[in-house]
Amino acid sequence: MNVRVISKGNAKGKPLVSNEPLSFLGGVDPKTGKVIDPRHPLKGKSIKNKILIIPGGKGSTVGSYVLYQLAKNKTAPAGIICIKAEPIVAVGAIIAKIPLVDGITIEDMEKLSKCHEVEIKNGKIKMIKK
Amino acid sequence: MYLTREEEKMYEGEFGEAVRISMEILVTLGDIYDADRLINISSAQVSGASYKTIGDAGLEYLEDMVKNSATTSVYTTLNPIGMDLKRWEELNIPSNFAKKQIKIVKAYQKMGVTLSCTCTPYFCGNIPTFKSHIAWSESSAVIYANSVLGARTNREGGPSALAAAICGKTPRYGYHLEENRNPNVLVEVKEKLNGIDYAVLGYLIGKEINDKIPYFKMLNRPDVDDLKNLGAALASAGAVALYHIEGVTPEYSLIDKNEFEDKITVTKKDLKAAKEELSTTNEKPEIVCIGCPHSSIQDIKKVAEIVANKKLNCDLWVCTSLSTKIMADRMGYTKIIEKSGGKILCDTCMVVTPIEDLGYKTIGVDSAKAAIYLPSNNLDVIFNDLNNLI
Repeated sequence: MNVRVISKGNAKGKPLVSNEPLSFLGGVDPKTGKVIDPRHPLKGKSIKNKILIIPGGKGSTVGSYVLYQLAKNKTAPAGIICIKAEPIVAVGAIIAKIPLVDGITIEDMEKLSKCHEVEIKNGKIKMIKK
Repeated sequence: MYLTREEEKMYEGEFGEAVRISMEILVTLGDIYDADRLINISSAQVSGASYKTIGDAGLEYLEDMVKNSATTSVYTTLNPIGMDLKRWEELNIPSNFAKKQIKIVKAYQKMGVTLSCTCTPYFCGNIPTFKSHIAWSESSAVIYANSVLGARTNREGGPSALAAAICGKTPRYGYHLEENRNPNVLVEVKEKLNGIDYAVLGYLIGKEINDKIPYFKMLNRPDVDDLKNLGAALASAGAVALYHIEGVTPEYSLIDKNEFEDKITVTKKDLKAAKEELSTTNEKPEIVCIGCPHSSIQDIKKVAEIVANKKLNCDLWVCTSLSTKIMADRMGYTKIIEKSGGKILCDTCMVVTPIEDLGYKTIGVDSAKAAIYLPSNNLDVIFNDLNNLI
């Protein structure tokens, strides 16, 4: 998969996939890392230590600060993969030092959802089957 | 994106961690939007100042930036915060909220941000010159700077505006480029506008065109407050960052007007229907809030004329900046308004204060922007002009 590095670094973890964009402000509880937006398909799931795979972020720019807070609380995703990273998730990942790449397709998303683990390494995505 | 040798050093961390992380934000945004290089800016306006909006997350980030010796390198002003810094106790702002809010203000002060605490920096000394490059957040200030002053800024978020303020730079893309400032929707207004009509027009067009650039032909000439209210509504109902008005705004004669994708005609009927959409109830307001964006001295004068020698049967807040409030004090407007039972508040507004914790259920506003945001705070909104609200 050809991806673009938005926030540097390597990460590995179980994939958590949604084809709905995620608003971090109001959508994720920074204390637990759980998705709390009642209308989001990932509602109730924890993004902590996962490789979060979403089309992108949305909502208020304060969402960037929520990613920072998740990282400080050790409830942040290990890494994030987007179809297209918009400024909120991009800025959030940079200040929180969470590795973030973008440029995958919807088909890639489908493949990644079936992996046991996903690794972001040196700007490439590695799929780890069981 | 091309970086100068100096910028590379900033990016590599030679000027400390705060500059490094700020440069990383700017370079990444530049890469996302295909900027070719960074440009120097002459001023910044930073949003993300109320504890209500940025919470502990934002506070932690700002305090960590201070620990990393972050300091602004250009003239930077601050958006409204969650309370009047002097009168918060009298307004029953919870003390925990106030404590955190004061920490946020102190962090910005330590970074050299001027504590203007207003969304109308252009009324308080942060007035960019024509064609100057700036990095502003606060959508209503962005659209005013672009459209009325003819400065150049994108719609920054709080963190990116702060990063730009620290580095004195912003990536060159979007509204910084001349070719992206041409209008693409022609709006012909067939009705003479007055007072809140400008906010209604902004709401109507903003939700229709989202982030396009409208070119207005109007029957009458708006003043600075009309332009402020029009822009705030365009920027909150849609994501409009720039508008032009024939014969009024500075770039109208310089831009290319041959590329309209769309034409919208606005009639009296359209304005009436849009105005009705902005209210969520017919009930009487328990509180009336004026000043979104912050009231100018002219706005406050009008309020004083309306409430003079009256006893109000609901609460009234007039939100403004500290510098405008001082002028209102001197003119005697504050005394008139406070005598009627109203309050002139500084530093804050109804959108960023924890108003839902103060027990109000219905709120009257003359701002389309406030009418758009307040329902998400569980408040019912009555949108009308001040005369009809009180």
